[in-house]
Amino acid sequence: MAILEINDLQVNYGVIPALKGLNFYVDEGEVVALIGSNGAGKTTTLHAISGIVKKAGGQIIFDGTDITNRKAHKIVGLGISQVQEGRGVFAELTVLENLRLGAYLRKNKHEIREDLMDVFELFPRLEERKSQPAGTLSGGEQQMLAIGRAMMAKPRMLLLDEPSMGLAPVVVEDIFRKIKMLNKQRHMTILLVEQNAQMALYASHRAYVIETGQIVTTGTSAELKNNDEIRKAYLGL
Amino acid sequence: MFTQQLINGITVGGIYALIALGYTMVYGILKIVNFAHGDVFMVGSFLGLLFVQNAGMPIYIAYPAAMLVTAAVGVVIERVCYRPIRIKGTDALSILIAALGVSIFLENFAQLVWGTGTHAYVQEIKEKNYEFGNINLSNIQIGVIVLCVLLMAALYFVVNKTKIGVAMRATSQSITSAQLMGINTEMVIAATFGVGSALACVAGVLVGTYYDAVYPLVGYSYGLKAFAAAILGGIGSIPGAMLGGFLIGIVETLGSAYISAGYKDAFAFGILILVLIIRPSGLLGKKHVDKV
Repeated sequence: MAILEINDLQVNYGVIPALKGLNFYVDEGEVVALIGSNGAGKTTTLHAISGIVKKAGGQIIFDGTDITNRKAHKIVGLGISQVQEGRGVFAELTVLENLRLGAYLRKNKHEIREDLMDVFELFPRLEERKSQPAGTLSGGEQQMLAIGRAMMAKPRMLLLDEPSMGLAPVVVEDIFRKIKMLNKQRHMTILLVEQNAQMALYASHRAYVIETGQIVTTGTSAELKNNDEIRKAYLGL
Repeated sequence: MFTQQLINGITVGGIYALIALGYTMVYGILKIVNFAHGDVFMVGSFLGLLFVQNAGMPIYIAYPAAMLVTAAVGVVIERVCYRPIRIKGTDALSILIAALGVSIFLENFAQLVWGTGTHAYVQEIKEKNYEFGNINLSNIQIGVIVLCVLLMAALYFVVNKTKIGVAMRATSQSITSAQLMGINTEMVIAATFGVGSALACVAGVLVGTYYDAVYPLVGYSYGLKAFAAAILGGIGSIPGAMLGGFLIGIVETLGSAYISAGYKDAFAFGILILVLIIRPSGLLGKKHVDKV
């Protein structure tokens, strides 16, 4: 069943249309990738879902609730956590403070502590560095922190914006292995936005290709990997 | 004489620091300079006087009430004058102009209501002087210093140890990231304006009591000095504003005692210029390094 449904979503920046009527859905338990080049509207799509940008039209339904015009901090409370492009960690706060902020809306201290242990189990590096300011972490560690922090909200769905950005290939592979693990072992529903189509198609079940604010192709990730046009345009093969 | 002047300097410095905190907290979160803040301080001072003299409240009710109303004034200024500009996403310059407009409005409003003259302040607390060797300390001076230090300690605790404090620090680093944590950033911004304005009100009441005077343009000079203090300490930094406030108070007091009282303001701004030449980000200000 679709946990997230996007119907005819439109967003404008001033007079310039960024999203021109997007339609897609994400089923519960799925990893869905949104791939496309720079400026295609990938980040805007995530920001629209999270309530960071205003919509010019269309509808966003999350788990049966219309969240099109909800405020960002309310949407987090409904169970959508976004990991921002460029990580968006609070550089001057410690790793632990960052993780606790992820659980900002939650009340049950016992559960928060359990989830913290869970994040440390997934990313042992973060536990080693828990008292360091987040700004002193390496890019890869910051990405782990950003994902761990999003998990601390106990979301029903994760939005990941360019987790590969600025990271060395080895680190990218490691991050994507963790993303797959999150989905397989913890049944996390994930909407993944990536320029690195290869990694995105490796980690996802289905994918949408977005070009200048519109979905142009869709299919299972296995299909898209073998699609000649996709291979030429996005996989460089 | 030196110790005496040092204590006088600390007294004024504590007051500058209280006002400087409002500048620095707002700057920390919104990256705007709220040039109306000095006038909020003036309004706070007048409200204290109004509640005691015209409403006949005892000071332990009147002053907290004045703090609350001043906090509300700060929140309303943000809501009505800055938020609409902020939400449109216009540059910081537009907000700066709006802040100057609010400043002019408050000054003229005060002149309309209270006249242009100087008012004697509430003197409910009888001044007592204590001699320690050749140092002369008044109970008011002690009260000012103790209150400033207590309020700063309380603020430091709130910002560093409480949930709303972490939310404030997170918001000051990135509003978008904070929203994505579920923080109601508009509420955090309102709280910041409220707390800063309440502290300015305390400073206003203290200045009124210490100098036995308040007038509609008092916010201009105090506001400018406190702004200088915030810059000196590194704008955006809370400990920086406290340090900057005390430093400016001490330097201008010592300067006027030993050199010439006529150059009082020159000393305050002189040290500002000196520090900025050597450390452009201020004493405790951070240089930002982005990691890719």
